[in-house]
Amino acid sequence: MSTSSILLACRDLQRNNERGGTPLLHGITVQVRIGDRCAMVGASGSGKSLLLRALAQLDPRATGAVTFRGQAADEMRIPLFRRHVMYVTQHVTLLPGTVEDNLRIPFQLAARRSESFDRERIVGQLNTLGRDAEFLDKPVSELSGGEARTVTLLRALQLQASVLLLDEPTSSLDDASARAVESLVHAWFTRQPERAYLWVTHSEDQARRVADRVWRMEGGRLDQDTSLRGLPVERS
Amino acid sequence: MSDAYLDLQSWQVASAAGLILINATISIRLQLGLERTLVIASVRTVTQLLLVGLVLHWVFELSHLAAVAGVMMLMTAIAAGTAWQRAGRRHPGMLINVVVSIWGSSWLVLAFAMTVVFRETQPWYDPQYAIPLLGMILGNTLNGITLGLSTTVEALSGRRHEVEALLALGATRWEAARSLIQESVKVGMIPIVNSMMVVGLVSLPGMMTGQLLSGVAPLAAVRYQIVIMFVIASATSLGVVAIVLLTFLRISNSHHQFYFDEIVTAVKGRRQT
Repeated sequence: MSTSSILLACRDLQRNNERGGTPLLHGITVQVRIGDRCAMVGASGSGKSLLLRALAQLDPRATGAVTFRGQAADEMRIPLFRRHVMYVTQHVTLLPGTVEDNLRIPFQLAARRSESFDRERIVGQLNTLGRDAEFLDKPVSELSGGEARTVTLLRALQLQASVLLLDEPTSSLDDASARAVESLVHAWFTRQPERAYLWVTHSEDQARRVADRVWRMEGGRLDQDTSLRGLPVERS
Repeated sequence: MSDAYLDLQSWQVASAAGLILINATISIRLQLGLERTLVIASVRTVTQLLLVGLVLHWVFELSHLAAVAGVMMLMTAIAAGTAWQRAGRRHPGMLINVVVSIWGSSWLVLAFAMTVVFRETQPWYDPQYAIPLLGMILGNTLNGITLGLSTTVEALSGRRHEVEALLALGATRWEAARSLIQESVKVGMIPIVNSMMVVGLVSLPGMMTGQLLSGVAPLAAVRYQIVIMFVIASATSLGVVAIVLLTFLRISNSHHQFYFDEIVTAVKGRRQT
């Protein structure tokens, strides 16, 4: 496969514990190519979130090289890099206001001035989730935990990113809501041809549903393209 | 109106000190257990003020730049140390940020006051003006900087996920932290703004009271107080903005990353994460 198909790559990515100097990430080297749907599984504390944060350049303690389309992240303006490689945190991070206020936040940022809020598309996505346009006017203080998580995810999915780094996006959702979120991410993935995602999950069933490639993290070491308990990886 | 002030004798000071006996009696009758504290506080009040009086007497007599600068540096260092100690959460580099903020803001505004507002003083660093002015500036700047610093560090710690979410969406470090920076500056400015709003209505400021007691005409004392309020407000603004921005710059880097893990809680001299 040609190097031009590589969207996101990292080489020798490392993160040490500040106090003891113990490695938390052991020199990880990975590539995410156009069209990749990757899942990362592993126990809590194994380093899955640390790897996503390091890939998104959020972690000042990580060392190693990260590139987007062959260009070193260090040489890019980091907000521009994050516009292409977007980390979706596992925490609910809505600001006071309505759902629509929160969905509009990214478009107020300098790095996204060329993009604009598409209300019609958002309403379509809400319909997929069984909500109507009135949901946009709902104050975020009145949202349930699941709704708030979904809005946090929708805020990211509406943007023109190339790679999504999804950190347990369905961890607090019921099964039906989780499936709806999986559909939303799939719709995002198929909307543009040159996209990829890396999805962190605790559920091996979910990993089978959402990914073509499955990585397993153990003690800060990454086992790439692993099989799940001997079962072949399911392609949806 | 009398032109001269009443020079208090030792027995008059002692009679005022006797008022503390009322507090001690209340404490004993209500079993508050404050007698010892009241005695220590009273002794400290007398001792500290007498020492300050002696030092100021010596500095005023000497009127030498080195002596004046030495006293002012000591005052500034104590103010910086106090602001740093009051912070509930700390991060590496905080002490130097506090020192720079307090030193820079108070001395800059004092320099303006001494060379422009009080330019007739001879010498230009006349300790009779420079030292009391710096004391008033430091007392107020210290409060503003402590509040601004605490609010910034608490907000950076408590709103970490919000800041990181904005960074992940493509925000610059400034865009991600702007709202908490604005809030911190506003909080730091609250005491001086409140003081300016009610000055003269709720209470007479200490300096103006002192001038009135020493026989200065009320309108002349008011003019001094107006100058002092603006000088203090200006120094507080500079100090608060400086500490908030320096903290922001120290906790983030040019790669739009934040060192949230470096913020730790200060507990009785120890530091805990």
